[in-house]
Amino acid sequence: MNPESVQQLCAGNPRAVARAISAVERGGAAARAVIAAIFRYTGRAHVIGVTGAPGTGKSTLVNEIAKQYRRRGQRVGIVAVDPTSPFSGGAILGDRLRMQDLSGDPGVFIRSMATRGSLGGLAAATSDAVQVLDAAGFEIVLVETVGAGQSEVEIAANAHTTIVVEAPGMGDDIQAIKAGILEIADLLIVNKADHDEVSATVAALEMNLNLKPQAENDWRPPVLKTIALTGAGVADAVEWIGKHRAYLEAHRLLELRERARFRAELEMVVQRELITRLLRGVNGTKIETLVEQIAARELDVYAAAEVLVGGIQNGANPIFAATD
Amino acid sequence: MADRPIRVLIAKPGLDGHDRGAKVVARALRDAGMEVIYTGIRQTPEMIAEAALQEDVDVVGLSILSGAHLDLFPRVVDLLRQKGLDDALLVCGGIIPDEDMPALRRMGFAGVFGPGTFTQDVAKFIREEVARKRGAAAQ
Ligand SMILES: Nc1nc2c(ncn2[C@@H]2O[C@H](COP(=O)(O)OP(=O)(O)OP(=O)(O)O)[C@@H](O)[C@H]2O)c(=O)[nH]1
Ligand SMILES: [Mg+2]
Repeated sequence: MNPESVQQLCAGNPRAVARAISAVERGGAAARAVIAAIFRYTGRAHVIGVTGAPGTGKSTLVNEIAKQYRRRGQRVGIVAVDPTSPFSGGAILGDRLRMQDLSGDPGVFIRSMATRGSLGGLAAATSDAVQVLDAAGFEIVLVETVGAGQSEVEIAANAHTTIVVEAPGMGDDIQAIKAGILEIADLLIVNKADHDEVSATVAALEMNLNLKPQAENDWRPPVLKTIALTGAGVADAVEWIGKHRAYLEAHRLLELRERARFRAELEMVVQRELITRLLRGVNGTKIETLVEQIAARELDVYAAAEVLVGGIQNGANPIFAATD
Repeated sequence: MADRPIRVLIAKPGLDGHDRGAKVVARALRDAGMEVIYTGIRQTPEMIAEAALQEDVDVVGLSILSGAHLDLFPRVVDLLRQKGLDDALLVCGGIIPDEDMPALRRMGFAGVFGPGTFTQDVAKFIREEVARKRGAAAQ
């Protein structure tokens, strides 16, 4: 990235921001160049993950939450992730449709992302896109993902504050419990509170929370009701986001969580790089030969893998020398 | 470096009340492997240009039924140019009389698709044009 683009990006120039996000989405050297240039300007944004079952009203809620922050004078970046079709590789990215109130506001930047190919790739791309928005001076960054599929859930859970959105009207069936995403919630929001059965859903969630052992200093997620269509209850939800932030600060959890996240990211990148570099050094015919040997039952898969990576341990690389 | 999927913005400017046709095209393009940002009906030229900018799309597709295309489309094109998006491929469709086609082409619309167009043809056109633009940009 040239210094001029970095400067434009940090000044919040939308074209520069948009192109940087495209680059990080592409991954590889393009992504590395962007992150290398902007990383030092990151670390200021409060990142809010919003996840939940399809159709619970996440995008409509994100629209309302963003409006609340705009009223407080804060700039808001939004990353909305929708699934790529496994059949065609294409996607329909429709979250923006619910965020039209925000258009025309230069203090808001919305970017739609498809999950694309690899799981690890998505986590890296969204995390990098969040960093771009952070460097561009968006004080609040909202990340919407569908709460189905592990990597999408992880992305939301990587935020400073994670909101799990539930909608009433499915009887006793709490989607968030089924999807196993209740555990990651800092705030639980029952949206579509204009429907019947809201109180049943709230009660079921409260009961679930009560089952969880609670230590003295633990954060207890509030169960909140909103009607995202009208904005009712959203100001209260934003107050709670603020309380959660204050809690994180009071317990030094921002630093701890950030370090945990960097450690996980570092491990992930190391794994990916090692595999890429290792396989680059191995010629294709060697792998083919091993596959043939496996098929002929001369070697099992573990033994064949050992042929490829066995040499590494004895190599001069200090990283390997340092482990066990 | 592998090419990214083609990103397309599909928008309906003006006051058209329904968007069945635009949705059919959006789905067809998804099935052709493209990422389609769908913003729905009643979009102002400003909203369309802003979305195209933020989403960094390769293609802006406008669909219109109301007959206001000669009024609205030039404003979209102007705004895109102002924002530095002059490299995006412009296509449009809907109810567009034959006699308006030359004017739209002069405006910069490379593809003008009237009623009865097959969605596969739209996808093929976009794929070929974007490949050509990307090829030229890589030179
Ligand atoms: N009645 C009612 N409808 C709502 C409310 N919030 C959202 N909706 C509607 O629910 C539908 C889905 O809303 P979205 O915001 O697109 O939901 P989502 O969770 O983002 O959906 P996906 O991204 O597809 O998973 C839309 O038709 C909304 O208008 C609400 O509070 N009450
Ligand atoms: Mg959504």
